[in-house]
Amino acid sequence: MAEWSLYEVFVRSKHGLNHKHVGSVHASDPAMALENARDLYTRRNEGVSLWVVPSSAITASTGDEKEVLFDPSEDKVYRHASFYKLPDEVGHM
Amino acid sequence: MYAQLVETGAKRVRTLEEMSPEERAFQERVDAEIKIEPKNWMPDGYRQTLIRQISQHAHSEVVGMLPEGNWVTRAPTLKRKLQLMAKIQDEAGHGLYLYSAMETLGADRDEEIEKLHSGKAKYSSIFNYPTISWADMGAIGWLVDGAAIVNQVVLQRTSYGPYSRAMIRICKEESFHQRQGYQILLDMMRGGTEEQKQMVQDSINRLWWPSLMMFGPHDDDSPNSQQSMAWKIKRKSNDELRQMFIDQTVPQLEFLGCTAPDPDLKWNEERGHYDFGEINWQEFYDVLKGNGPCNRERITTRKKAIEEGAWVREAAVAYAEKQKQRAAA
Repeated sequence: MAEWSLYEVFVRSKHGLNHKHVGSVHASDPAMALENARDLYTRRNEGVSLWVVPSSAITASTGDEKEVLFDPSEDKVYRHASFYKLPDEVGHM
Repeated sequence: MYAQLVETGAKRVRTLEEMSPEERAFQERVDAEIKIEPKNWMPDGYRQTLIRQISQHAHSEVVGMLPEGNWVTRAPTLKRKLQLMAKIQDEAGHGLYLYSAMETLGADRDEEIEKLHSGKAKYSSIFNYPTISWADMGAIGWLVDGAAIVNQVVLQRTSYGPYSRAMIRICKEESFHQRQGYQILLDMMRGGTEEQKQMVQDSINRLWWPSLMMFGPHDDDSPNSQQSMAWKIKRKSNDELRQMFIDQTVPQLEFLGCTAPDPDLKWNEERGHYDFGEINWQEFYDVLKGNGPCNRERITTRKKAIEEGAWVREAAVAYAEKQKQRAAA
């Protein structure tokens, strides 16, 4: 197993929806990863499409960076539609 | 329960004031019910406890396939055979979800499986009992998976994100296991011969107490329970979960028209719960230590599967290598 790579699995649950991360599998190559993902994550009609991605190919933000990355958006209320109060007469916009 | 005895390394639970700043931030996050994710800082004891608990849980799922495998070729009808195979495949899947969750903590799957094979790592004591009649397939689904559900529903709220998500996925699949088991017993009790009805009662007599042992020993004042609760790895005590299981199972037992091998089992109006007799803890510890009826057979089977499958894994790697070279040429 040590020689097998780890793959992250993404499933599209229905046509029109995006692929969502569901877990991971070990496999010797991408084709086997796809087969394993199919057996492990879609035994009960969970999906219509699968992606497998080598885990090593994912670059992730770390927990420590949370403030640096995401706090700046907190004080930018003007990015939300609800910030702009319009007179009732304008109607739905 | 699927992890019945988990060492936390703690002598006692420390107060917030005694903790280092990062440990304190961690504990406050846990207290605020914010899930801990793989990249977050965590105390080493928390990490090691989780590795032990999740690996025990995963090993239990995998070894749990063996008592049922005994009946795949002996199932009474094709329908029952398909259902049993689907259940066993689910157990393999549950093992894989859990091993993946364990790996997010930096544990190596091969090493943890080696610990199972060498006897260093435990798995649930329940799987060391033999499955000697078809009724056992019913009783295991109903009682063993039933006990697993009680435990795992609570573990969906465990503090470690990947473990919690694995539990949510497992719980979705587990209910089929319990219902198919109960239906096997119901069919035997309703349409079966006297002999078959006796088989059901015999199976319950053998598996009742081992199922109650699945929840683990009494919660005394052991620092392990307290530490696991403080870290919110564990959300309810062993005794609370066992009582929940008994309360929900006894009416189902009565509906079957069967009895439990416990003369002390009776409804206690005042407590609003069933009272029950004392578990044979000596048997529990004996089985956990490796001296149950099937411990040796289970581990031998596991090792054989890994050893005899080695050439398949090697071939897969060789094939992948060849495909890569071909693509490059």
